[in-house]
Amino acid sequence: MSVTNNADASRMRTVFFSILFVLLSLLAFSFPAHAQQNDAALNAALSDLNARSFKAKTAAVQALGVYGDARAVAALEALSEGRLYGRKSDKSVVIAERDGKIYRLTDPATGVSAGEATSRELKKIIANNKLRGLIRGVLGQLALSSSDSELRRAAVENVISSPTGGSLALLKSARDRETEDDIRARLETGIATLELGSDDPALRRAAVDRLADGNDPEIKSLLERRLLKNADGSFVESDAQVRAEVQEAVSRINDRLALFGLAEDLIFGISLGSVLLLAAIGLAVTFGVMGVINMAHGEMIMLGAYTTFVVQEVFRVTMPAEAFGFYLLAAIPAAFLVAATFGILIERGCIRFLYGRPLETLLATWGVSLILQQMVRSLFGANNREVANPDWISGAISIGGGVSVTVSRVYIVIFCLVVVAALAAFIRYSRFGLQMRAVTQNRGMASAMGIRTGQVDALTFALGSGIAGVAGVALSQISNVSPNLGQNFIVDSFMVVVFGGVGSLWGTIVGAFGLGIVNKFLEPVSGAILGKVVVLVIIILFIQKRPRGLFAFKGRAAEG
Amino acid sequence: MGPISRRLFALESRSGWIAIAILLVIGLFIVPALNLMVPEGSLFHISTFWVATLGKYLCFAILALALDLIWGYAGILSLGHGAFFGLGGYAMGMYMMRQIGDRSVYGNPDLPDFMVFLNWDSLPWYWWGFDQFWFAALMVVLVPGLLAFVFGWLAFRSRITGVYFSIISQAMVFAIMLAFFRNETGFGGNNGLTDFKDILGFNLSQDSTKVGLYVVTTIALLLVYMICRAVVSSKLGRLLIAVRDAESRVRFLGYSVTNAKLFVFTLSAVLAGVAGALYVPQVGIINPGEFTPAKSIEMAIWVAVGGRGTLFGAIVGAFTINGARTYLTGVAPEVWLFFLGALFILVTLVMPQGLVGVYRSIRSGELKDAIRRRIQRVDV
Repeated sequence: MSVTNNADASRMRTVFFSILFVLLSLLAFSFPAHAQQNDAALNAALSDLNARSFKAKTAAVQALGVYGDARAVAALEALSEGRLYGRKSDKSVVIAERDGKIYRLTDPATGVSAGEATSRELKKIIANNKLRGLIRGVLGQLALSSSDSELRRAAVENVISSPTGGSLALLKSARDRETEDDIRARLETGIATLELGSDDPALRRAAVDRLADGNDPEIKSLLERRLLKNADGSFVESDAQVRAEVQEAVSRINDRLALFGLAEDLIFGISLGSVLLLAAIGLAVTFGVMGVINMAHGEMIMLGAYTTFVVQEVFRVTMPAEAFGFYLLAAIPAAFLVAATFGILIERGCIRFLYGRPLETLLATWGVSLILQQMVRSLFGANNREVANPDWISGAISIGGGVSVTVSRVYIVIFCLVVVAALAAFIRYSRFGLQMRAVTQNRGMASAMGIRTGQVDALTFALGSGIAGVAGVALSQISNVSPNLGQNFIVDSFMVVVFGGVGSLWGTIVGAFGLGIVNKFLEPVSGAILGKVVVLVIIILFIQKRPRGLFAFKGRAAEG
Repeated sequence: MGPISRRLFALESRSGWIAIAILLVIGLFIVPALNLMVPEGSLFHISTFWVATLGKYLCFAILALALDLIWGYAGILSLGHGAFFGLGGYAMGMYMMRQIGDRSVYGNPDLPDFMVFLNWDSLPWYWWGFDQFWFAALMVVLVPGLLAFVFGWLAFRSRITGVYFSIISQAMVFAIMLAFFRNETGFGGNNGLTDFKDILGFNLSQDSTKVGLYVVTTIALLLVYMICRAVVSSKLGRLLIAVRDAESRVRFLGYSVTNAKLFVFTLSAVLAGVAGALYVPQVGIINPGEFTPAKSIEMAIWVAVGGRGTLFGAIVGAFTINGARTYLTGVAPEVWLFFLGALFILVTLVMPQGLVGVYRSIRSGELKDAIRRRIQRVDV
């Protein structure tokens, strides 16, 4: 499982190589007595860096690379950054750090201080861009022999992405030494990639065979490039038999990529479905079980998201930095309580006077939603509020075939399933759940049995609202926290509940994932927005076919 | 008097006709006269801005009438009437867009600016014919009517009623909004249609055109009111009220509930389309914002505030709330949503019959009785 993020890949690579250099430098300086017999050759190559011609310098850099001594790292790094100097007195090569008017010198081979010098005593060893590029490659090659497998993995990627003349031999020797399977596999593809350009058709054919087993879109485009024609009309791949094999390899990779594409749609559909389910599950309680049309449902989600923001700010101020990442866990109960409190207020203050008048309930709760939106806008401002992803849910997981999923999405799927399971268990097994179902099924009888139906109404509504608030915590991680947050979900969540079947938690689950997956499968065909329009039209048409099946609900009848 | 005029006369009570006559005199003669004849700076001068604003309110009043017709009389609460209003507006906007011709920024006589901007080389087929006013006027009626007919046929046939109809109609307007926000749909995307120059040869920036549009809208409101009044006082109207109060019973009595509902829903959509078509030249722009579900819900509150099932109340509500909006968004913008939200709650909880209901109970003395009873109960 490699953790990467496409957008940040180049930045990460930079950061990574800085770390790599530091580690290798440490490695170089902490074992000065290592491999005595090689010292002479190393020193010779190092002093050759001070040669006058770039040709000689290039040869010296290459020698250091082939030589594979980690101690060369400091010198090469200094050379590419312009910190490598030749001392005029003894023609020795030193690394110099400017300190005011004088330079502090270090011996590159040993890492020991070599005294001080003024600028007159030194002559800068000049590198050009070509040399710097070579050094980058050589440094990568040096890292190939590191004992740290993470460093090796990165080095392999680096060598493969910018190969030099000696790379093939290096990769091969690295492959023979390599003990870890995944790195060796990567080395194999790297070697095959390089051999694809070799002059020997047999070698090329073997390489194509090996590459055909992969599922990397990059390798596919690499192979496809072999099928193109040069400017003079000849094929890039001159051998017809190899060309046929390349053709077949490409189609095999294509088949496999199509499977991955299918998997991608499915995974993204499940991800969208879990978001829809989170948004709708609270509604499944208030609308599905109670038959109350709560247009302020989206605002309960919004309140949950803003609670997350507030908890985050509180953590930032009061907690030590290492505990900050856990604000999200603290936000879950907080959001539940805030949204549930608002739920009770709305039910007691407004909705209870309107039972049996669904259209009026709809309008009154819409009024509530307008007031809540404006309240949040007045308190927090109209702009988006920043809710940070804690470290433990940032990053992405690569699945292969160019498909990757952000970790936060995975957490949301899990979180959503946990919430649904907890809710189902609560309704099924708890005493309050029993009372809730009793009131739903027969209000008069439940009341006669001593259940305080008014109280149950208020608490059921609070439960639905609280769950919406919890959904807000999760949604704050993937969407903008703004006063309009709830509005974006209201139509979708009503569609999920209506599509899945009012009054049934299972229906809501099936509805959410069904709509999510259908949506994602439609997107590549019709585009994101049109896909959504098509889904809405499908729902509208679908409930023509199954109005009773999906509309038959056992709750307090919403239609008088 | 002939039988037709007698029937027409019977549509309203004597006091109703007097009220209509007074309002017509004010709307058709006094307001334009105060704008055109009284010099600017005079205390009695009504600026063109206010005439245009009144014209806008009149369009909203037509829209509210359309909604009251189905909600107040047939019990169908459509939360998607913005769709019909907007489509009517778009049809008119397309006509005015074609009238711009080569006076646009890019100066292409065959294509509107946004199509030039999108590198389209020819007019899409659904824009054909919109350079003719009669065609656009036909579409103003046909497009919303057809959409409502198909949508209503699907919904009423499957006996989708009450809140489900509301939710589905909201989904419809939401879907249309998403589609119109796309550039590729071919209606100007996010920006919609704007920069209109003239309508039927009259320059839109001239005061006389604005007053003219206002007068046309006033007459349209009167006609729409009469149509609605005719429908609700007919046999069909009584059937609709019966459907509203006990749908199953009407069905069992052998009436075709589906057809009755479908007719009135389609008629309502056509009226909403006309309102949209009159609205667009007066405000000078139509964009997908008209299709946001929030706008469609807001229309319901105009009707509720005025008083459902009264027709007259719908007009009162549209004027009251939009007047309050103009005033409040100017004075204290952040208060407006609080006000509107509170209005939604208070009207449904405290005055379900709306302003007209309050007026009626004051006149009949019911309110006084109710308050007196309340006070006596407190005394005991």
